[in-house]
Amino acid sequence: MKLGLVIDMDTCVGCHACVVSCKQWNTSGTLGALTDYEPYGKEPNGVAFNRVRSYEVDEYPNNKTVNMPMSCMHCETAECVTVCPTGASYKREEDGIVLVDQDKCMGCNLCSWACPYGARELDQASGTMKKCTLCVDRIYDTELPEAERQPACVLTCPSKARHFGDFDDPDSNVSVLVRERNGLQSMPELGYNPVNHYLPPRPKPNAPTHNGGQLEPLTDRFKKWLNKVVVR
Amino acid sequence: MHPAVSVILFTVSSGAGFGLILMAVALSLMGWVPGMGPGHTLVAILIGSVLATIGLLSSTAHLANPKNAWRAFFRFRSSWLSREGVFAVLFYPTVLVYLISLWLARDTGSLAWWGVLFGILTGLLALATVFCTGMIYASLRTIPQWNSALVPANYLLLAISSGTVILTLIAAIQGIELNVLSGLALVLLVIAGLAKLLYYIWIGKPQGPTLNTAMGITRAKIKILESGQSSRSFLNKEFSNQVPAQTVKQMRWVVYLAGFVIPAILMLIVLQTSMMVLTALAVLLLLGGLAIERWLFFVEARHVVNVFYGQ
Repeated sequence: MKLGLVIDMDTCVGCHACVVSCKQWNTSGTLGALTDYEPYGKEPNGVAFNRVRSYEVDEYPNNKTVNMPMSCMHCETAECVTVCPTGASYKREEDGIVLVDQDKCMGCNLCSWACPYGARELDQASGTMKKCTLCVDRIYDTELPEAERQPACVLTCPSKARHFGDFDDPDSNVSVLVRERNGLQSMPELGYNPVNHYLPPRPKPNAPTHNGGQLEPLTDRFKKWLNKVVVR
Repeated sequence: MHPAVSVILFTVSSGAGFGLILMAVALSLMGWVPGMGPGHTLVAILIGSVLATIGLLSSTAHLANPKNAWRAFFRFRSSWLSREGVFAVLFYPTVLVYLISLWLARDTGSLAWWGVLFGILTGLLALATVFCTGMIYASLRTIPQWNSALVPANYLLLAISSGTVILTLIAAIQGIELNVLSGLALVLLVIAGLAKLLYYIWIGKPQGPTLNTAMGITRAKIKILESGQSSRSFLNKEFSNQVPAQTVKQMRWVVYLAGFVIPAILMLIVLQTSMMVLTALAVLLLLGGLAIERWLFFVEARHVVNVFYGQ
Protein backbone atom coordinates (compact mmCIF):
# COMPACT_ATOMS: atom_id res chain seq x y z
CA MET A 1 0.00 0.00 0.00
CA LYS A 2 1.07 3.54 -0.71
CA LEU A 3 -1.27 5.81 1.19
CA GLY A 4 -1.42 9.52 0.50
CA LEU A 5 -3.49 12.54 -0.41
CA VAL A 6 -4.62 14.22 -3.57
CA ILE A 7 -5.24 17.93 -3.14
CA ASP A 8 -7.27 19.83 -5.67
CA MET A 9 -5.82 23.32 -6.17
CA ASP A 10 -8.79 24.11 -8.43
CA THR A 11 -11.49 23.73 -5.81
CA CYS A 12 -9.56 24.59 -2.66
CA VAL A 13 -10.96 27.86 -1.37
CA GLY A 14 -8.27 28.45 1.24
CA CYS A 15 -10.65 28.35 4.21
CA HIS A 16 -8.11 26.72 6.56
CA ALA A 17 -10.73 24.26 7.85
CA CYS A 18 -8.24 21.41 7.25
CA VAL A 19 -5.59 23.26 9.26
CA VAL A 20 -7.95 23.64 12.21
CA SER A 21 -9.33 20.11 12.14
CA CYS A 22 -5.80 18.69 11.76
CA LYS A 23 -4.65 20.57 14.82
CA GLN A 24 -7.78 19.63 16.75
CA TRP A 25 -7.42 15.91 16.04
CA ASN A 26 -3.67 15.58 16.31
CA THR A 27 -3.14 17.64 19.43
CA SER A 28 -4.58 14.65 21.26
CA GLY A 29 -3.29 12.11 18.73
CA THR A 30 -0.33 9.71 18.65
CA LEU A 31 2.33 12.43 18.46
CA GLY A 32 1.04 14.10 21.58
CA ALA A 33 0.16 17.72 22.08
CA LEU A 34 0.86 20.27 19.33
CA THR A 35 2.22 23.01 21.53
CA ASP A 36 1.14 26.62 21.12
CA TYR A 37 3.55 29.38 22.00
CA GLU A 38 2.06 32.60 23.38
CA PRO A 39 -1.49 31.57 22.39
CA TYR A 40 -2.92 34.79 23.85
CA GLY A 41 0.21 36.92 23.39
CA LYS A 42 1.26 39.38 20.72
CA GLU A 43 2.70 36.81 18.33
CA PRO A 44 0.75 33.58 18.73
CA ASN A 45 2.27 30.64 16.89
CA GLY A 46 2.76 26.93 17.38
CA VAL A 47 3.29 23.49 15.93
CA ALA A 48 1.12 22.65 12.92
CA PHE A 49 1.14 19.63 10.60
CA ASN A 50 -0.77 21.31 7.83
CA ARG A 51 -0.50 24.85 6.49
CA VAL A 52 -2.36 26.60 3.67
CA ARG A 53 -0.75 29.36 1.65
CA SER A 54 -2.44 31.52 -0.98
CA TYR A 55 -0.80 32.70 -4.16
CA GLU A 56 -1.62 35.04 -7.00
CA VAL A 57 -0.82 33.29 -10.27
CA ASP A 58 -0.14 35.32 -13.43
CA GLU A 59 -0.82 39.01 -13.88
CA TYR A 60 -3.87 41.18 -14.42
CA PRO A 61 -6.17 40.58 -16.27
CA ASN A 62 -5.31 36.86 -16.30
CA ASN A 63 -4.53 36.59 -12.59
CA LYS A 64 -6.19 34.15 -10.27
CA THR A 65 -5.85 33.08 -6.68
CA VAL A 66 -4.57 29.56 -6.09
CA ASN A 67 -4.46 28.04 -2.61
CA MET A 68 -1.90 25.39 -1.80
CA PRO A 69 -2.34 23.34 1.39
CA MET A 70 0.83 21.56 2.47
CA SER A 71 1.41 18.70 4.85
CA CYS A 72 3.81 15.75 4.81
CA MET A 73 4.05 14.25 1.31
CA HIS A 74 5.10 10.83 2.71
CA CYS A 75 7.81 10.78 0.02
CA GLU A 76 8.99 7.51 -1.50
CA THR A 77 12.58 8.79 -1.22
CA ALA A 78 12.14 10.17 2.28
CA GLU A 79 15.48 11.89 2.89
CA CYS A 80 14.27 12.91 6.36
CA VAL A 81 14.46 9.23 7.31
CA THR A 82 17.91 8.75 5.73
CA VAL A 83 19.54 11.61 7.63
CA CYS A 84 18.03 10.74 11.04
CA PRO A 85 20.94 9.64 13.28
CA THR A 86 18.83 8.03 15.99
CA GLY A 87 16.39 5.99 13.92
CA ALA A 88 13.47 7.98 15.37
CA SER A 89 12.21 8.83 11.87
CA TYR A 90 10.92 5.87 9.93
CA LYS A 91 8.82 5.02 6.90
CA ARG A 92 6.35 2.20 7.44
CA GLU A 93 6.88 -0.78 5.18
CA GLU A 94 3.18 -1.67 4.99
CA ASP A 95 1.63 1.66 3.93
CA GLY A 96 4.49 4.14 3.39
CA ILE A 97 3.48 6.50 6.19
CA VAL A 98 6.46 8.47 7.56
CA LEU A 99 6.41 8.80 11.35
CA VAL A 100 8.65 10.00 14.19
CA ASP A 101 9.17 7.84 17.27
CA GLN A 102 8.87 10.45 20.01
CA ASP A 103 10.76 8.23 22.48
CA LYS A 104 13.87 8.13 20.28
CA CYS A 105 14.06 11.67 18.82
CA MET A 106 16.87 13.85 20.19
CA GLY A 107 15.68 17.08 18.53
CA CYS A 108 18.71 17.75 16.31
CA ASN A 109 16.52 19.34 13.56
CA LEU A 110 18.44 17.60 10.76
CA CYS A 111 15.30 15.90 9.35
CA SER A 112 13.53 19.25 9.11
CA TRP A 113 16.54 20.56 7.19
CA ALA A 114 16.28 17.61 4.80
CA CYS A 115 12.56 18.17 4.12
CA PRO A 116 11.86 20.51 1.18
CA TYR A 117 8.17 20.85 2.04
CA GLY A 118 8.43 22.20 5.58
CA ALA A 119 6.46 19.22 6.87
CA ARG A 120 8.44 18.80 10.08
CA GLU A 121 8.31 21.16 13.01
CA LEU A 122 10.16 20.99 16.30
CA ASP A 123 7.99 21.10 19.42
CA GLN A 124 9.93 23.22 21.90
CA ALA A 125 7.96 21.84 24.83
CA SER A 126 8.82 18.18 24.24
CA GLY A 127 12.08 18.86 22.37
CA THR A 128 11.09 16.43 19.64
CA MET A 129 10.24 16.62 15.96
CA LYS A 130 6.56 16.32 15.02
CA LYS A 131 4.85 15.86 11.70
CA CYS A 132 1.71 14.77 9.85
CA THR A 133 0.82 11.16 10.66
CA LEU A 134 -1.74 10.86 7.84
CA CYS A 135 -4.03 10.35 10.86
CA VAL A 136 -2.65 6.85 11.36
CA ASP A 137 -4.76 6.79 14.55
CA ARG A 138 -7.97 7.32 12.56
CA ILE A 139 -7.59 5.40 9.33
CA TYR A 140 -7.12 2.00 11.01
CA ASP A 141 -9.52 2.56 13.93
CA THR A 142 -12.16 -0.16 13.63
CA GLU A 143 -14.22 1.56 16.34
CA LEU A 144 -15.00 4.33 13.88
CA PRO A 145 -17.67 3.92 11.18
CA GLU A 146 -15.98 2.96 7.92
CA ALA A 147 -16.73 6.25 6.20
CA GLU A 148 -14.87 8.12 8.94
CA ARG A 149 -11.65 6.11 8.64
CA GLN A 150 -9.97 8.94 6.78
CA PRO A 151 -7.57 11.73 7.76
CA ALA A 152 -9.25 14.58 9.66
CA CYS A 153 -8.34 17.14 6.97
CA VAL A 154 -10.03 15.06 4.24
CA LEU A 155 -13.21 14.55 6.26
CA THR A 156 -13.61 18.21 7.10
CA CYS A 157 -12.86 19.82 3.72
CA PRO A 158 -16.08 21.71 2.80
CA SER A 159 -15.17 21.98 -0.89
CA LYS A 160 -14.12 18.33 -1.16
CA ALA A 161 -10.68 19.38 -2.38
CA ARG A 162 -8.85 16.69 -0.44
CA HIS A 163 -8.88 12.99 -1.28
CA PHE A 164 -7.30 10.08 0.56
CA GLY A 165 -6.43 6.70 -0.89
CA ASP A 166 -3.96 4.05 -2.01
CA PHE A 167 -1.68 5.09 -4.88
CA ASP A 168 -0.55 1.50 -5.45
CA ASP A 169 -4.04 0.57 -6.61
CA PRO A 170 -4.48 1.91 -10.19
CA ASP A 171 -8.27 1.99 -9.78
CA SER A 172 -8.39 3.82 -6.44
CA ASN A 173 -10.04 7.24 -6.28
CA VAL A 174 -6.72 8.99 -5.93
CA SER A 175 -5.03 7.17 -8.82
CA VAL A 176 -7.98 7.93 -11.10
CA LEU A 177 -7.96 11.61 -10.11
CA VAL A 178 -4.22 11.92 -10.75
CA ARG A 179 -4.60 10.21 -14.13
CA GLU A 180 -7.61 12.16 -15.32
CA ARG A 181 -6.70 15.60 -14.02
CA ASN A 182 -2.93 15.51 -14.70
CA GLY A 183 -2.03 15.38 -11.02
CA LEU A 184 1.48 16.60 -10.29
CA GLN A 185 4.15 16.40 -7.65
CA SER A 186 5.62 19.45 -5.95
CA MET A 187 9.30 20.09 -6.78
CA PRO A 188 9.80 16.88 -8.78
CA GLU A 189 13.34 18.03 -9.70
CA LEU A 190 14.55 17.33 -6.15
CA GLY A 191 13.84 13.63 -6.65
CA TYR A 192 12.04 13.02 -3.33
CA ASN A 193 9.18 11.43 -5.26
CA PRO A 194 6.37 12.70 -3.00
CA VAL A 195 3.31 10.43 -2.76
CA ASN A 196 0.86 13.31 -2.31
CA HIS A 197 -0.23 14.84 -5.60
CA TYR A 198 -1.76 18.19 -6.51
CA LEU A 199 -4.44 18.70 -9.14
CA PRO A 200 -3.70 21.89 -11.12
CA PRO A 201 -6.38 24.57 -11.59
CA ARG A 202 -8.69 23.76 -14.53
CA PRO A 203 -8.27 26.00 -17.55
CA LYS A 204 -11.18 28.42 -17.37
CA PRO A 205 -12.09 31.49 -19.41
CA ASN A 206 -11.02 34.68 -17.73
CA ALA A 207 -13.62 36.76 -15.97
CA PRO A 208 -14.78 39.53 -18.33
CA THR A 209 -13.05 42.79 -17.59
CA HIS A 210 -13.86 46.33 -18.62
CA ASN A 211 -10.98 48.38 -19.92
CA GLY A 212 -12.19 51.83 -18.93
CA GLY A 213 -14.10 54.27 -21.10
CA GLN A 214 -17.83 55.01 -20.95
CA LEU A 215 -19.90 52.42 -19.05
CA GLU A 216 -23.33 51.34 -20.26
CA PRO A 217 -26.21 52.86 -18.30
CA LEU A 218 -26.85 51.10 -14.99
CA THR A 219 -30.35 49.96 -16.00
CA ASP A 220 -28.95 48.16 -19.09
CA ARG A 221 -26.27 46.44 -17.07
CA PHE A 222 -28.85 45.40 -14.45
CA LYS A 223 -31.09 43.93 -17.16
CA LYS A 224 -28.15 41.96 -18.64
CA TRP A 225 -27.23 40.65 -15.22
CA LEU A 226 -30.84 39.71 -14.49
CA ASN A 227 -31.09 37.81 -17.77
CA LYS A 228 -27.97 35.86 -16.90
CA VAL A 229 -29.00 35.03 -13.34
CA VAL A 230 -32.70 34.21 -13.64
CA VAL A 231 -33.26 30.86 -15.26
CA ARG A 232 -36.48 30.77 -17.27
CA MET B 1 19.41 29.09 7.62
CA HIS B 2 19.43 30.12 11.26
CA PRO B 3 23.08 30.36 12.43
CA ALA B 4 23.17 28.56 15.80
CA VAL B 5 26.11 29.75 17.93
CA SER B 6 26.70 26.23 19.27
CA VAL B 7 27.07 24.80 15.76
CA ILE B 8 29.45 27.61 14.69
CA LEU B 9 31.62 27.03 17.77
CA PHE B 10 31.46 23.27 17.22
CA THR B 11 32.53 23.26 13.58
CA VAL B 12 35.30 25.86 13.98
CA SER B 13 36.74 24.47 17.21
CA SER B 14 36.57 20.76 16.43
CA GLY B 15 37.67 21.44 12.85
CA ALA B 16 40.80 23.26 14.05
CA GLY B 17 41.42 20.60 16.72
CA PHE B 18 41.14 17.66 14.34
CA GLY B 19 43.17 19.54 11.71
CA LEU B 20 45.89 20.18 14.28
CA ILE B 21 45.95 16.51 15.26
CA LEU B 22 46.05 15.33 11.65
CA MET B 23 48.97 17.63 10.80
CA ALA B 24 50.87 16.87 14.03
CA VAL B 25 50.56 13.11 13.44
CA ALA B 26 51.52 13.36 9.77
CA LEU B 27 54.49 15.69 10.28
CA SER B 28 55.91 13.79 13.26
CA LEU B 29 55.58 10.39 11.55
CA MET B 30 57.25 11.73 8.42
CA GLY B 31 59.87 13.53 10.53
CA TRP B 32 59.67 16.56 8.28
CA VAL B 33 59.98 19.14 11.09
CA PRO B 34 63.53 19.19 12.44
CA GLY B 35 63.63 19.15 16.26
CA MET B 36 60.02 17.95 16.68
CA GLY B 37 60.25 14.93 19.03
CA PRO B 38 57.52 12.76 20.59
CA GLY B 39 57.34 15.14 23.56
CA HIS B 40 56.47 18.05 21.31
CA THR B 41 53.92 16.01 19.36
CA LEU B 42 52.34 14.94 22.67
CA VAL B 43 51.58 18.57 23.61
CA ALA B 44 50.16 19.34 20.14
CA ILE B 45 47.90 16.26 20.21
CA LEU B 46 46.69 17.14 23.72
CA ILE B 47 45.80 20.71 22.70
CA GLY B 48 44.10 19.40 19.55
CA SER B 49 42.04 16.94 21.61
CA VAL B 50 40.95 19.72 23.98
CA LEU B 51 39.84 21.90 21.04
CA ALA B 52 37.97 18.99 19.44
CA THR B 53 36.30 18.12 22.75
CA ILE B 54 35.15 21.71 23.35
CA GLY B 55 33.59 21.64 19.89
CA LEU B 56 31.93 18.25 20.30
CA LEU B 57 30.49 19.19 23.70
CA SER B 58 29.08 22.46 22.38
CA SER B 59 27.46 20.56 19.49
CA THR B 60 25.19 18.81 21.98
CA ALA B 61 23.93 22.24 23.10
CA HIS B 62 21.78 22.63 19.98
CA LEU B 63 19.86 19.41 20.69
CA ALA B 64 16.35 20.02 21.94
CA ASN B 65 16.21 16.63 23.67
CA PRO B 66 19.83 15.73 24.60
CA LYS B 67 18.81 12.78 26.79
CA ASN B 68 18.40 10.75 23.59
CA ALA B 69 21.80 11.80 22.17
CA TRP B 70 23.27 8.34 22.87
CA ARG B 71 20.92 6.91 20.24
CA ALA B 72 22.72 8.92 17.54
CA PHE B 73 25.36 6.20 17.05
CA PHE B 74 23.02 3.58 15.61
CA ARG B 75 22.26 4.77 12.07
CA PHE B 76 25.83 4.54 10.74
CA ARG B 77 24.69 2.99 7.49
CA SER B 78 22.54 5.90 6.34
CA SER B 79 23.14 9.08 8.35
CA TRP B 80 26.24 11.29 8.05
CA LEU B 81 25.46 12.78 11.46
CA SER B 82 25.57 9.29 12.94
CA ARG B 83 28.85 8.54 11.14
CA GLU B 84 30.36 11.75 12.51
CA GLY B 85 29.32 10.73 16.02
CA VAL B 86 30.78 7.23 15.67
CA PHE B 87 34.13 8.47 14.33
CA ALA B 88 34.30 11.18 17.01
CA VAL B 89 33.74 8.60 19.76
CA LEU B 90 36.19 6.05 18.27
CA PHE B 91 38.76 8.85 18.16
CA TYR B 92 39.10 9.03 21.96
CA PRO B 93 40.42 5.52 22.82
CA THR B 94 42.67 5.66 19.74
CA VAL B 95 44.22 8.99 20.64
CA LEU B 96 44.67 7.79 24.23
CA VAL B 97 46.79 4.81 23.09
CA TYR B 98 48.76 7.12 20.78
CA LEU B 99 49.36 9.59 23.63
CA ILE B 100 50.64 6.73 25.84
CA SER B 101 53.06 5.64 23.12
CA LEU B 102 54.28 9.26 22.75
CA TRP B 103 54.71 9.49 26.52
CA LEU B 104 56.80 6.30 26.58
CA ALA B 105 58.91 7.57 23.67
CA ARG B 106 59.51 11.08 25.04
CA ASP B 107 63.00 10.21 26.36
CA THR B 108 64.24 7.72 23.78
CA GLY B 109 62.73 9.64 20.87
CA SER B 110 61.77 6.51 18.97
CA LEU B 111 58.12 5.55 18.72
CA ALA B 112 57.10 1.88 19.15
CA TRP B 113 55.48 0.12 16.15
CA TRP B 114 52.06 0.18 17.81
CA GLY B 115 52.55 3.88 18.46
CA VAL B 116 52.99 4.44 14.72
CA LEU B 117 49.93 2.32 13.99
CA PHE B 118 47.72 4.18 16.45
CA GLY B 119 49.15 7.49 15.23
CA ILE B 120 48.00 6.71 11.72
CA LEU B 121 44.59 5.57 13.04
CA THR B 122 44.23 8.79 15.08
CA GLY B 123 44.98 10.91 12.01
CA LEU B 124 42.54 8.95 9.85
CA LEU B 125 39.74 9.23 12.44
CA ALA B 126 40.31 12.99 12.72
CA LEU B 127 40.13 13.26 8.94
CA ALA B 128 36.98 11.11 8.77
CA THR B 129 35.20 13.16 11.46
CA VAL B 130 35.81 16.47 9.66
CA PHE B 131 34.77 14.92 6.33
CA CYS B 132 31.52 13.68 7.91
CA THR B 133 30.82 17.17 9.31
CA GLY B 134 31.09 18.55 5.78
CA MET B 135 28.95 15.75 4.34
CA ILE B 136 26.11 16.42 6.82
CA TYR B 137 25.63 19.72 5.02
CA ALA B 138 26.61 18.59 1.53
CA SER B 139 24.10 15.71 1.56
CA LEU B 140 21.08 18.04 1.88
CA ARG B 141 19.44 18.47 -1.53
CA THR B 142 17.07 20.99 0.04
CA ILE B 143 19.82 23.61 0.38
CA PRO B 144 21.38 24.28 -3.05
CA GLN B 145 24.23 26.34 -1.52
CA TRP B 146 25.37 23.32 0.49
CA ASN B 147 24.69 20.49 -1.90
CA SER B 148 28.17 20.44 -3.44
CA ALA B 149 31.50 18.66 -3.19
CA LEU B 150 32.99 22.10 -2.49
CA VAL B 151 31.48 21.98 1.02
CA PRO B 152 33.39 18.95 2.44
CA ALA B 153 36.46 20.15 0.51
CA ASN B 154 36.19 23.52 2.26
CA TYR B 155 35.66 21.94 5.66
CA LEU B 156 38.75 19.74 5.22
CA LEU B 157 40.98 22.52 3.86
CA LEU B 158 39.93 25.00 6.56
CA ALA B 159 40.46 22.39 9.28
CA ILE B 160 43.93 21.49 8.00
CA SER B 161 45.06 25.08 7.40
CA SER B 162 43.80 26.39 10.76
CA GLY B 163 45.32 23.32 12.46
CA THR B 164 48.69 24.01 10.84
CA VAL B 165 48.68 27.66 11.93
CA ILE B 166 47.92 26.56 15.52
CA LEU B 167 50.67 23.92 15.26
CA THR B 168 53.08 26.69 14.19
CA LEU B 169 52.18 28.65 17.33
CA ILE B 170 52.69 25.57 19.54
CA ALA B 171 56.06 24.95 17.87
CA ALA B 172 57.02 28.60 18.38
CA ILE B 173 56.25 28.30 22.11
CA GLN B 174 58.24 25.05 22.25
CA GLY B 175 61.18 26.74 20.51
CA ILE B 176 61.23 24.54 17.43
CA GLU B 177 62.43 25.84 14.08
CA LEU B 178 59.40 27.29 12.24
CA ASN B 179 60.54 27.24 8.61
CA VAL B 180 58.72 24.06 7.51
CA LEU B 181 55.58 24.72 9.54
CA SER B 182 55.04 28.36 8.58
CA GLY B 183 55.81 27.57 4.94
CA LEU B 184 53.29 24.74 4.97
CA ALA B 185 50.71 26.95 6.74
CA LEU B 186 51.21 29.61 4.07
CA VAL B 187 50.64 27.15 1.21
CA LEU B 188 47.56 25.63 2.90
CA LEU B 189 46.05 29.06 3.65
CA VAL B 190 46.42 30.04 -0.01
CA ILE B 191 44.81 26.79 -1.21
CA ALA B 192 41.98 27.05 1.35
CA GLY B 193 41.40 30.69 0.42
CA LEU B 194 41.18 29.85 -3.28
CA ALA B 195 38.74 27.00 -2.55
CA LYS B 196 36.57 29.36 -0.50
CA LEU B 197 36.67 31.94 -3.30
CA LEU B 198 35.56 29.25 -5.73
CA TYR B 199 32.68 28.37 -3.37
CA TYR B 200 31.56 32.01 -3.13
CA ILE B 201 31.62 32.34 -6.92
CA TRP B 202 29.68 29.09 -7.28
CA ILE B 203 26.88 30.03 -4.86
CA GLY B 204 26.48 33.35 -6.65
CA LYS B 205 24.68 31.57 -9.47
CA PRO B 206 20.89 31.36 -9.09
CA GLN B 207 19.98 27.73 -8.54
CA GLY B 208 17.44 25.40 -6.97
CA PRO B 209 13.67 24.99 -7.12
CA THR B 210 11.30 27.92 -7.56
CA LEU B 211 7.68 28.63 -6.63
CA ASN B 212 6.82 27.61 -10.20
CA THR B 213 8.19 24.08 -9.87
CA ALA B 214 6.73 23.91 -6.35
CA MET B 215 3.19 24.54 -7.64
CA GLY B 216 3.60 22.90 -11.02
CA ILE B 217 2.56 26.14 -12.73
CA THR B 218 5.68 26.77 -14.75
CA ARG B 219 4.64 29.45 -17.23
CA ALA B 220 3.25 32.26 -15.10
CA LYS B 221 4.48 34.72 -12.51
CA ILE B 222 3.48 33.68 -8.99
CA LYS B 223 3.53 35.79 -5.87
CA ILE B 224 2.40 35.04 -2.35
CA LEU B 225 -0.80 36.66 -1.13
CA GLU B 226 -1.17 35.06 2.30
CA SER B 227 1.26 32.92 4.25
CA GLY B 228 -1.69 31.70 6.32
CA GLN B 229 -0.03 32.60 9.62
CA SER B 230 -0.01 35.79 11.64
CA SER B 231 3.50 35.41 13.08
CA ARG B 232 6.76 33.63 12.36
CA SER B 233 6.55 29.85 12.80
CA PHE B 234 9.29 27.27 13.31
CA LEU B 235 9.77 27.14 9.55
CA ASN B 236 10.51 30.87 9.31
CA LYS B 237 12.69 30.97 12.41
CA GLU B 238 14.77 27.98 11.38
CA PHE B 239 15.07 28.49 7.63
CA SER B 240 14.92 32.19 6.83
CA ASN B 241 17.02 35.05 8.07
CA GLN B 242 16.81 38.79 7.78
CA VAL B 243 20.49 39.64 7.36
CA PRO B 244 20.77 42.47 4.81
CA ALA B 245 22.70 41.71 1.61
CA GLN B 246 25.03 44.62 2.36
CA THR B 247 26.10 43.04 5.68
CA VAL B 248 26.72 39.71 3.97
CA LYS B 249 28.94 41.45 1.42
CA GLN B 250 30.93 43.23 4.13
CA MET B 251 31.31 40.03 6.13
CA ARG B 252 32.77 38.28 3.10
CA TRP B 253 35.57 40.86 3.10
CA VAL B 254 36.14 40.19 6.79
CA VAL B 255 36.38 36.46 6.00
CA TYR B 256 38.88 37.03 3.18
CA LEU B 257 41.05 39.39 5.23
CA ALA B 258 40.91 37.86 8.73
CA GLY B 259 40.57 34.27 7.58
CA PHE B 260 43.05 34.09 4.72
CA VAL B 261 44.96 37.16 3.51
CA ILE B 262 46.33 38.59 6.78
CA PRO B 263 47.19 35.18 8.36
CA ALA B 264 48.96 34.23 5.10
CA ILE B 265 50.99 37.48 5.14
CA LEU B 266 51.79 36.91 8.83
CA MET B 267 52.96 33.37 8.02
CA LEU B 268 55.16 34.79 5.26
CA ILE B 269 56.76 37.18 7.79
CA VAL B 270 57.12 34.34 10.32
CA LEU B 271 58.89 32.32 7.62
CA GLN B 272 61.55 35.06 7.50
CA THR B 273 61.69 36.18 11.15
CA SER B 274 60.21 33.33 13.31
CA MET B 275 58.43 35.90 15.53
CA MET B 276 56.12 34.17 18.04
CA VAL B 277 53.86 37.22 18.56
CA LEU B 278 52.92 37.27 14.89
CA THR B 279 52.07 33.56 14.99
CA ALA B 280 49.76 34.15 17.97
CA LEU B 281 48.13 37.06 16.13
CA ALA B 282 47.63 34.83 13.07
CA VAL B 283 45.88 32.18 15.19
CA LEU B 284 43.52 34.74 16.78
CA LEU B 285 42.65 36.38 13.46
CA LEU B 286 42.18 33.06 11.74
CA LEU B 287 39.81 31.63 14.38
CA GLY B 288 37.79 34.86 14.40
CA GLY B 289 37.67 34.87 10.60
CA LEU B 290 36.59 31.23 10.52
CA ALA B 291 33.79 31.90 13.04
CA ILE B 292 32.45 34.57 10.67
CA GLU B 293 33.03 32.28 7.69
CA ARG B 294 30.86 29.63 9.42
CA TRP B 295 28.21 32.22 10.32
CA LEU B 296 28.08 33.25 6.64
CA PHE B 297 27.91 29.58 5.61
CA PHE B 298 24.56 29.38 7.43
CA VAL B 299 23.27 32.87 6.63
CA GLU B 300 23.88 32.49 2.88
CA ALA B 301 22.27 29.04 2.71
CA ARG B 302 18.73 29.30 1.36
CA HIS B 303 16.49 26.39 2.26
CA VAL B 304 13.83 25.63 -0.37
CA VAL B 305 11.01 26.02 2.20
CA ASN B 306 11.53 29.77 1.75
CA VAL B 307 10.19 29.34 -1.78
CA PHE B 308 6.71 28.64 -0.38
CA TYR B 309 6.86 31.92 1.53
CA GLY B 310 7.74 33.79 -1.66
CA GLN B 311 11.31 34.48 -0.57
